[in-house]
Amino acid sequence: MFSSDNLQRAREIISRYPSSRSALLPLLHLAQDQDGWVNDEAMTEIAGLLELTRSDVYGTCSFYTMFKLEPVGKYVVSVCTNVTCLVTGGPAILHHLEKAYADDADVFVEEVECLAACGGAPALQVNYEYHERLTPQSAEQIVDAYRSGQRTARRLSGGPR
Amino acid sequence: MTLQETRLLTKRMNDRPADSFTMEGALATGAYDMLRKALQMKSADVQEEVKTSGLRGRGGGGFPTGTKWSFLPAGLYPRYLVVNADEGEPSTFKDRELMERDPHQLIEGIAISAYAIESNLAFIYLRGEMAHANEILTQALADARAKGFLGQNILGSGYDLDIVLHRGAGAYICGEETALLESLEGRRGMPRIRPPFPAVAGLYAKPTVVNNVETMATVPHIVSMGGAEYAKIGVNRSTGTRMFSLSGHVNRPGNYEVELGATFRELIDDLGGGVTNGGTVKFFIPGGASSQWLVNEHLDVPLDMDEVGKLGVMLGSGAVMVFDQDTDPLAVAWRLVKFFAHESCGKCTPCREGTGWEEKILYRILHGQGRPSDLDLLLDIGDNISPGLNAPFSQTTICPLGPSSVSPIVSLNKYFRDDVIARCTPRLVTMLTGNGLAGNGLDGGLHR
Amino acid sequence: MSAVNPQPPPELVELTIDGHLVMVPKGANLIDVAQRHGHYIPRFCWHERMKPVGMCRMCLIEIEGVRGLPPACTTTVTPGMVVHTQESSPNARKAQEGVLEFLLINHPLDCPVCDRGGECPLQDHTIAHGPAESRFVEEKRHFAKPIPISHVVDLDRERCILCARCTRFADEIAGDPLISFVERGGHSQVLNYPDDPFSSYFSGNTVQICPVGALTARPYRFRARPWDLEKAETSCVTCAVQCRGEVHSTTNQIVRLLGVDSDAVNHGWLCDKGRFGYEWVESPARVTAPMVRKTADDGTSELVEVSWPEALDAAAQGLQEVARLHQASSIGVLGGARGTNEDAYVWARFAKGVLGTDNVDCQLGDGLPAEVVLGLPRATIADCDRARSVVLLAPDLKEELPVLFLRLKRAAQDLGVKLVEIGATDTGLTSLAAATVRHLPGSAADVVGRLVAAIGGTASGDGRIDAAAALLGDGSDVVVVLGRPNLAEPADATVAAAAALATLPGVRFLSALRRSNVHGALDMGLAPGLLPGRVSLDDGRDAFTEAWGSVPEGRGRDGAGMLRAAADGQLHGLVLLGSDPMADFPDRALAERALASIGFTVVVDGFLSESAKRADVVLPPAVWGEKSGSATNIEGRVQRLTRRVTAAGRTMDDWRIAVELAARFDVDFDLETIDEVQSEIARLAPAYRGVDSHVINGARDGVVVPLAPVTVAIGRRRAAATADTDAEGAEAAGTEGAGAGASGVEAERADTADAAEAGAEMPAAGPALLVWDRSAPAVAPVTRDSYAVRLVVARKLYDAGRVVAQGPSIVDLAPGPLLELNPSDLEHLGVIDGGTVRASSSRGSGVFTTRSTRGVPAGTARLAHNQPGDDSDLVDIAEAVTDLRLETVGASATVGLSKGGAR
Repeated sequence: MFSSDNLQRAREIISRYPSSRSALLPLLHLAQDQDGWVNDEAMTEIAGLLELTRSDVYGTCSFYTMFKLEPVGKYVVSVCTNVTCLVTGGPAILHHLEKAYADDADVFVEEVECLAACGGAPALQVNYEYHERLTPQSAEQIVDAYRSGQRTARRLSGGPR
Repeated sequence: MTLQETRLLTKRMNDRPADSFTMEGALATGAYDMLRKALQMKSADVQEEVKTSGLRGRGGGGFPTGTKWSFLPAGLYPRYLVVNADEGEPSTFKDRELMERDPHQLIEGIAISAYAIESNLAFIYLRGEMAHANEILTQALADARAKGFLGQNILGSGYDLDIVLHRGAGAYICGEETALLESLEGRRGMPRIRPPFPAVAGLYAKPTVVNNVETMATVPHIVSMGGAEYAKIGVNRSTGTRMFSLSGHVNRPGNYEVELGATFRELIDDLGGGVTNGGTVKFFIPGGASSQWLVNEHLDVPLDMDEVGKLGVMLGSGAVMVFDQDTDPLAVAWRLVKFFAHESCGKCTPCREGTGWEEKILYRILHGQGRPSDLDLLLDIGDNISPGLNAPFSQTTICPLGPSSVSPIVSLNKYFRDDVIARCTPRLVTMLTGNGLAGNGLDGGLHR
Repeated sequence: MSAVNPQPPPELVELTIDGHLVMVPKGANLIDVAQRHGHYIPRFCWHERMKPVGMCRMCLIEIEGVRGLPPACTTTVTPGMVVHTQESSPNARKAQEGVLEFLLINHPLDCPVCDRGGECPLQDHTIAHGPAESRFVEEKRHFAKPIPISHVVDLDRERCILCARCTRFADEIAGDPLISFVERGGHSQVLNYPDDPFSSYFSGNTVQICPVGALTARPYRFRARPWDLEKAETSCVTCAVQCRGEVHSTTNQIVRLLGVDSDAVNHGWLCDKGRFGYEWVESPARVTAPMVRKTADDGTSELVEVSWPEALDAAAQGLQEVARLHQASSIGVLGGARGTNEDAYVWARFAKGVLGTDNVDCQLGDGLPAEVVLGLPRATIADCDRARSVVLLAPDLKEELPVLFLRLKRAAQDLGVKLVEIGATDTGLTSLAAATVRHLPGSAADVVGRLVAAIGGTASGDGRIDAAAALLGDGSDVVVVLGRPNLAEPADATVAAAAALATLPGVRFLSALRRSNVHGALDMGLAPGLLPGRVSLDDGRDAFTEAWGSVPEGRGRDGAGMLRAAADGQLHGLVLLGSDPMADFPDRALAERALASIGFTVVVDGFLSESAKRADVVLPPAVWGEKSGSATNIEGRVQRLTRRVTAAGRTMDDWRIAVELAARFDVDFDLETIDEVQSEIARLAPAYRGVDSHVINGARDGVVVPLAPVTVAIGRRRAAATADTDAEGAEAAGTEGAGAGASGVEAERADTADAAEAGAEMPAAGPALLVWDRSAPAVAPVTRDSYAVRLVVARKLYDAGRVVAQGPSIVDLAPGPLLELNPSDLEHLGVIDGGTVRASSSRGSGVFTTRSTRGVPAGTARLAHNQPGDDSDLVDIAEAVTDLRLETVGASATVGLSKGGAR
């Protein structure tokens, strides 16, 4: 359920568009920022706000890789392995982090496609914050910095800290 | 003479690296002056300047921008301007820099363009993962509204415009303009059948122009210089400057703004500092992942959309990926095809089924399970997605994503056929699953 | 003649397909016209009743001068176009073969155990054009094997080829987007939202249009192989739309019903109740042998199976005894709306010509007076597509006439027809209505009176009424869909509203009465004061006296009148023709008293209904699927019904039962076959003149009666003009004003030509067709006190009727007794959604589960009629309206309400 602040924001977002359905992706982001994933209640509430069926919401939501339909912890670590990162060490970072955080429920390591950070390859994002020119070790240090509170993460869908 | 950057779009960010993204930094370097100038012109005249400039879309298609605008049916309102900021073509990162470091140049360009096409509502469809750009643009839009560069009666001209910033959520296909419109309407980002074209029935079935970020950011400079003057920059029908995202095995990867007509070698050596570790170029991809590849012998080809087109490749999104002598082209091809398979929207059959099939075969070959006939099979599958295997693509699909997946295969065949076949062994292929081949550092297995 | 938006002949363009020159309508769809001219282009996603999407890419072709290989399904023909299909273009053929291979790589080859095997487009195309062996050596895509997505539909995602026919149908056609594509690319799949089933009233259509075996209907799953099926085209008679369908049987058992695309009626669609409703035919509860009540020594009595002669003798003797002790007019015949036209005709002849009673009614006080239904200018279903506006003065069509709902939804959505809804509560069409006028139950006449005045130029001052009036223009080109919106009030207000609307020039009416063949039964004279063929007792007296020997002296009682008379001891004998007053009559207590007071009851019914259990004689009829004949739908379209299986047990056609009974009254009807009955109808019933077995069996889409007055030369025959009656009752074809039944001349020209080819001859004019004199009872508004809510009783698609109750696949879909209330009223009461309330009327009370529904205005309550588990008694038909007092009952428990199709 949206908090009352977020519900107000949701209504403001809907009002920006000539057609309310356009607010679907923004509201899913808002829900994911709030709850850390897109849960059943969120889809139901958004369906109600936009006068859609839940099937419509689910069908659209599941198309987009950023939306997590299961809880993923506090930090989404998105490691690029597309070609520039492939030839500069991205896969090694991915495997290193996957192993390092295999048992850590707070850290969700995922392989992603090109992040548009090829000038600084290999790159990753933590909650959609860029980090570039990495090695497996420096990548782990960055994730640990978030874990220990030295760095403040964005919200789960990349919303404001 | 070594190639130098020609800084139009990147001038402000280079002149004031610390605060080019702020309103203060922007105003100190002339931001919104060209909006003021344009608003004193007739909108048709602004449109004419853009046409004269020869500006061609910077997103990948290279379609003349002024011509695109002229397709809007007369007298039909509302009409919308949608800015394609869903930069996702692998190894392309120019729009991101333009947005993060000079958002006001983009907003000014949007405002001028919207005025030119008589639209009162514009949208920026921003790639969802670009959280920082989202923050910068949100602030910049708020500042622009506060200063009266957006909103009602802009600068006393009587012209109204608002810009809605809209975040995507992780789908490469939304860079395709009709898929983008579907997504902006709150649906699955699946390309639409054309006709109708967006200019006639686009967003909310209203006349719509979709333009790339760099294209929009160029518009203030055209207004500043005049279309004719702008057209003098560049070469032939490739006028002006372009941002090139240089990446891969080069010493100084990054975005470089150069006058069209320079060569790949100049870009790589003069600006990129040459191949890393003193190596040589084995092959390079000249225009984003969708393009077919070029090899060492093509380095002196000029950065001219039409010249590269003759080689069956494209400048596309302006991404130049450089791979050195030690790179395994098969691994690069597999990874690119895997990307297209992952990003296929699933709407039409050849792409939905074909890209996945291609990926599986390449994966097999890469892991020593290839058959000598597999490369020809790949080419035939490719031919069923993109008949003739040529560029520009012909396609059995709705959009060019499926045919794009064929580019790496055609390139493999063209330049590395013998190598690939040599890696295939004439033995029975066992039914494979991903698990049996794990652990080599290449098979991350994308989530979902 | 009022304009019916005559459609100009389409402009033709010339194009070349595979070297053949063809002329096709301008703007036509290429894949469609190519097929019509013998060039079949393979396809999976394209469906002729849905918008093209060009997704499957199977129909790629070449067009000279056009780059690449465009899909035929999204190509509009242009003059001079030169098209090469796979027949003449190697490129197109290669592309199509490529697409087919792509579709097959992940498709399981489980054809031997797939319901679609043998009638599968993918299988057929593969046999015709597919690769001999697979080049795909990888692992196929896997999903959990069939998962239920609704009560009746299973989904096998491995077989799915993602053509989106089902999701597009759900969204575009049904308006129930409850299934969607989820995920992306190669992982794409069709799914419903978890725990939110595809509970559309139309879900079964997705099974029929699925081009592979991905969607299967649970009632049919594994019941038959397609090549073993025996098929017959017929009409569905679950409701009065009478959609065309094809009934399939194997080993003498009906196993499914498929929709047949009738342009005039159903566009190929069926509702789920119709599609899966055949199960009741096979119900073990069917009565398949005659029964007679026998009294044991201890005084108790029970129904005992006997032979037909014994049962018929008992029935005849019982009725003769009533007539002897009292008089013919103390016998009533109630029902007959569920049989064929032939059943209805012969029973009308028996009741009116032999028994001599005019207490005959095929409606049970739940419809509209016969004069109103038959005596107004009629519109066809297709007229709604072309009308300027359609006024809805009817119950929720989605619940009662679902496929008419689909047609009107399409008209509003795609054809620009303005819907003007007048009603007490929201319906399935409210969201599509261009104007909605809400009124308190019982006040329809008032708002319609003001609406008609506003059309005449006297603004009502009510914005909604004036907005509706603006949409109706001068009232021409308007179709009124007229039904009985509320069973908790008499028909009076609706009748008065209809009378007001009938004053609009050129207005036409489409009946929205629901019961399957009620229009056929009314046409055949199963109503008081009427004789077969839409003539009044008085007008038809001479002709029918001559044909039948006699007709009743004066007008008899209607359904409600009969039950009232029975309760008052004035009706002593009753024949129930498939009707069950205990379930269907709105005033349950009156039905109860009536049946208890009747001296002698004969029931002709396939089930021992609550009413039948009290009978003295039960005569079991053959039912739909077991007998042939014809039926007439809401627009007066007569279509053929076809027998597919042998009649159960010792059942007999209804009409034959009447013939047998007549014989026991020493009257020989001399009717041996259906053809003979149809010939007699065609000869005697004025509205059915010329509609004999040749016409009924020969016309592709049936015929709308009366046959239109056209004079087209048809070989050696020339169809003469039938009598046409204008709104004022004057005779003569072509008179100014809308002719009753002559509506849609243009639209029906094809029908008539069909009919003519089939041998229609329209003899000289007989008795005049009925014209309603628009006499309506005065309806005074009844004030509602602020502590009460006013009741609407309306039907849901799924109820306790026999089609649902005896159908194992759909029986669970009836929502049960539900009282729908506005959220604000529930809040006032302090009852949560799903909580229970006690509702009390002047008649009685009941306890109900509530449902919070914004579509029910505050101050109004809506109760689903005839639901399983509802034994409440709230409605007194003597009252003009039914007002309820509500009170809470103990602790309000939350009750699951998600069951059932209504949303």
